[in-house]
Amino acid sequence: MNNILNQIGIENYIFLSVILFCIGVFGVLYRRNAIIVFMSIEIMLNAVNLLFVAFSTYHQDAQGQVFVFFSMAVAAAEVAVGLAILVSIFRNLGSITIDNLKNLKG
Amino acid sequence: MSTVLILFCVLSAITLSTAFLTIFSKNPIHSAIYLVICFFSIAGHYLLLNAQFLAIVHIIVYSGAIMILFLFTIMLMNLNEQREVYRPRITRLGAIVSFCLICLVLITIFINSKPIVGEYTSTGEDYQSIKVLGKILLNEYMVPFEFASILLLVAMIGTVLLSKKEKLEK
Repeated sequence: MNNILNQIGIENYIFLSVILFCIGVFGVLYRRNAIIVFMSIEIMLNAVNLLFVAFSTYHQDAQGQVFVFFSMAVAAAEVAVGLAILVSIFRNLGSITIDNLKNLKG
Repeated sequence: MSTVLILFCVLSAITLSTAFLTIFSKNPIHSAIYLVICFFSIAGHYLLLNAQFLAIVHIIVYSGAIMILFLFTIMLMNLNEQREVYRPRITRLGAIVSFCLICLVLITIFINSKPIVGEYTSTGEDYQSIKVLGKILLNEYMVPFEFASILLLVAMIGTVLLSKKEKLEK
């Protein structure tokens, strides 16, 4: 298990993370449901975390994994606050379709 | 092909296909379930990279906490397929085109930067066990660690305040 990147190669992890990140961007652009948009943001965060861990293994350095811990804490806080905002939007408007949120439009 | 490479390919296929299914499935509950599978396969990638503690934390935080939160919110809002509104066709076409373009540009960049990535060397040094991670987290990253706890506390208070029902003014 020690020379895992010799067998797989860091390029494969880079390509996997890039495609996963692009899927996240695609989800944000494609759907109107705000919850699915949030899930796409989670996919993007996970793609970046995966690349952090891969490069942490590549450089034999634990700091990449420590950064992943902090990014997980921020993701948890972000999801909690975001879903609370979505719930209050749903209470006020009756739907969470993001195109309905145009009160600020002149 | 070695078994590790086959394992990597299978895990990657699961990750990418469930990520796509998350976006394309019409029912939000199905999306959440597919996202759970996606997170489990990413935890499998962490295990493959020999980061066991991170894999366990990932399963606990993402598949445990965050997805339960998502499922509760979906059930609270009573979303289903009938109420789903889709974007106009031109916007969806634009989304697909921009997805292909972003993929093309980023992959081309990383293919061209391939010579910079050198060979992988293993020094045999322990760098990702719980012991080492704990020492680094509580020595070098002590202040960010405490700030993370403050962040979580503030997020908890904010969530309670936001989701509390407002009293009607008399």
